[in-house]
Amino acid sequence: MRKNKKPKLAVWKFTSCDGCQLSLLDCEDELLALSDKVEIANFLEASRAVLKGPYDLSLVEGSITTPQDAERIHQVRRVSKLLITIGACAASGGIQALRNFKEVKQFISIVYAKPEYIETLNKSTPISDHVPVDFELRGCPVNKYQLLEIIAAFLNRRKPVISARSVCMDCKLKGTVCVMVADRIPCLGPVTHAGCCALCPSIHRGCYGCFGPKETPNTASLSRTWEKLGADQDDLVRVFRSFNSGAEPFRRESEIHEIKKD
Amino acid sequence: MGAKYVLQASQFQFLFDALTARGYQVIGPKLQDGAIVYDALSSVQDLPAGWTDQQEAGTYRLENRSDSAFFGYTVGPYSWKKFLHLPARKLKRGKSAEGEFHFVSENEEIPKLAFVGVRACELHAMTIQDKIFMGGIYRDSSYAERRENIFVIAVNCGKAGGTCFCVSMKTGPKASGGYDWVLTEVIEKDRHYFVVESGTGAGKEILAGEEILKELDCPLAAEAEIALSERIVEETACQMGRRLKTEGIKDLLYKNLEHPHWDEVANRCLTCGNCTMVCPTCFCASIAEITDLTGEKVERVQKWDSCFTEDFSYIHGGSIRKTAKSRYRQWMTHKLAYWIDQFGTSGCVGCGRCITWCPAGIDITEEAKGFYGDS
Ligand code: SF4
Ligand code: SF4
Ligand code: SF4
Ligand code: SF4
Repeated sequence: MRKNKKPKLAVWKFTSCDGCQLSLLDCEDELLALSDKVEIANFLEASRAVLKGPYDLSLVEGSITTPQDAERIHQVRRVSKLLITIGACAASGGIQALRNFKEVKQFISIVYAKPEYIETLNKSTPISDHVPVDFELRGCPVNKYQLLEIIAAFLNRRKPVISARSVCMDCKLKGTVCVMVADRIPCLGPVTHAGCCALCPSIHRGCYGCFGPKETPNTASLSRTWEKLGADQDDLVRVFRSFNSGAEPFRRESEIHEIKKD
Repeated sequence: MGAKYVLQASQFQFLFDALTARGYQVIGPKLQDGAIVYDALSSVQDLPAGWTDQQEAGTYRLENRSDSAFFGYTVGPYSWKKFLHLPARKLKRGKSAEGEFHFVSENEEIPKLAFVGVRACELHAMTIQDKIFMGGIYRDSSYAERRENIFVIAVNCGKAGGTCFCVSMKTGPKASGGYDWVLTEVIEKDRHYFVVESGTGAGKEILAGEEILKELDCPLAAEAEIALSERIVEETACQMGRRLKTEGIKDLLYKNLEHPHWDEVANRCLTCGNCTMVCPTCFCASIAEITDLTGEKVERVQKWDSCFTEDFSYIHGGSIRKTAKSRYRQWMTHKLAYWIDQFGTSGCVGCGRCITWCPAGIDITEEAKGFYGDS
């Protein structure tokens, strides 16, 4: 790290609910240590003060859904040495990517009294569709310890200790009894990226896939397991279409079941 | 073989008390979230008396028994491994001074544990892990110390599960060694007792075992009681839910590394890693050093890992096992073939956990059949 000069951190928001930024604010105890090590140069959720770029580390929340977003993300990339996206919106388009499966104009005319004032893109897309991304932190929302871990890794110039393995592995590390095998509760854990510490199975629910697809997700095989547990094609379309419907493996699987349904 | 005694079911609590009085924390089977898992027990009341399990590929169900047997089920998802080779632990802590990290080992508290209800297959799994962690020049001192501080009360199985195949692996259902005590539970019309035999286990604990038997004032078992207890285990041996042909399996797998059957399994395998996590002999872990925000403190942590993750085979330039095919093949050939070259025994004890707890219901005994036939 450069002597005497703290690296500048910026946080940017695109189309999102702000939940991931809140995870950063939620790091109360660690924020002091953080502000000791980095200059928080742009984080509107925490402070109105904005310092000029370039920035050493940019955290980007949200997906690209408007023509303005699509412009602005290039500016952000230009002023950022390292760009890390945070959350499902930024990594896969978020819940708003559900529009990708329909004609967006129809939604607008239903939702808004004056649709002519709304300017929006047809699709909600991840940041990596627009600019090169250095690391994608997953989750809806992100896990605050993983958020601190990427920042600590960046500050210490090391690889973040964050694994793309399944949620199942965390279930087993924790000693949770598998809800799918023991209770026939359908669970997305075997195809979902770990990061939440296997929260839902530990309170007796199936995984909803908040962290999106794991590495090498075999969604077709998991769908067969779900079918054995009684899920129909509609269920399968829906389950792969939530916070990460824009992630390629989940999108493809949901479309397969949409075709089968008809 | 030691002498055999009879311990009445009604006296079972005294055994717990005797262990507790000697400073042991009693660990044993207990109901939790729809399964039987090993956990701390405060009294015999915590044992899942009257319960049994139905196990098949990818399914596990608890059911009531018609009697009140304490051990009338087989093995649950978690083996004793979690108490000896911990799922996660801190190895060292470091502080930076003058640009270098200085590490100190974490001081671990080693508990004195009494394992109650260890099955024959699990005893074999422990012997296998002993070899891995304590057998060579690289000794895992945490495992070794934990191992030295346990008192093992084994139970001969009175029932085999739907996914059990210890007979094929020659590991059960009768405990053949590695315990301080072994119990066979006997339920007759109006009697409920254990036939107890003390010690083929290692070291000083045998003495404690004999001492406890004297304290409890157990009578020697009569011939008829012994015969009955032996018949129970013999019947269990005839109930195996699964079978695995082990003859020549090593060469068979080595000869078939490119067999199309691997692709067929890969079609179903989720690469979720459950099979390795539940396997009582799988021992892989990864180690990471994690600095804090200040960069002044670092922790070296070890966590269970699995050959089913992409990271696990990451070497310079990328992962060498990118596909489900290569990962499943790695796992199965390790368990059944090159474990034999590496450690002198099979890596599988036939406990059936990987079959039951695989969400896709992949069955190692069925997959092995895929290679017989056209080798
Ligand atoms: S509960 Fe879900 S995430 Fe956990 S092991 Fe079972 S399938 Fe995997
Ligand atoms: S595999 Fe054998 S020893 Fe293990 S639980 Fe089943 S019957 Fe008992
Ligand atoms: S064999 Fe089963 S448990 Fe093992 S990784 Fe594949 S799907 Fe998961
Ligand atoms: S490979 Fe499967 S059956 Fe064999 S010891 Fe491991 S978990 Fe048990």
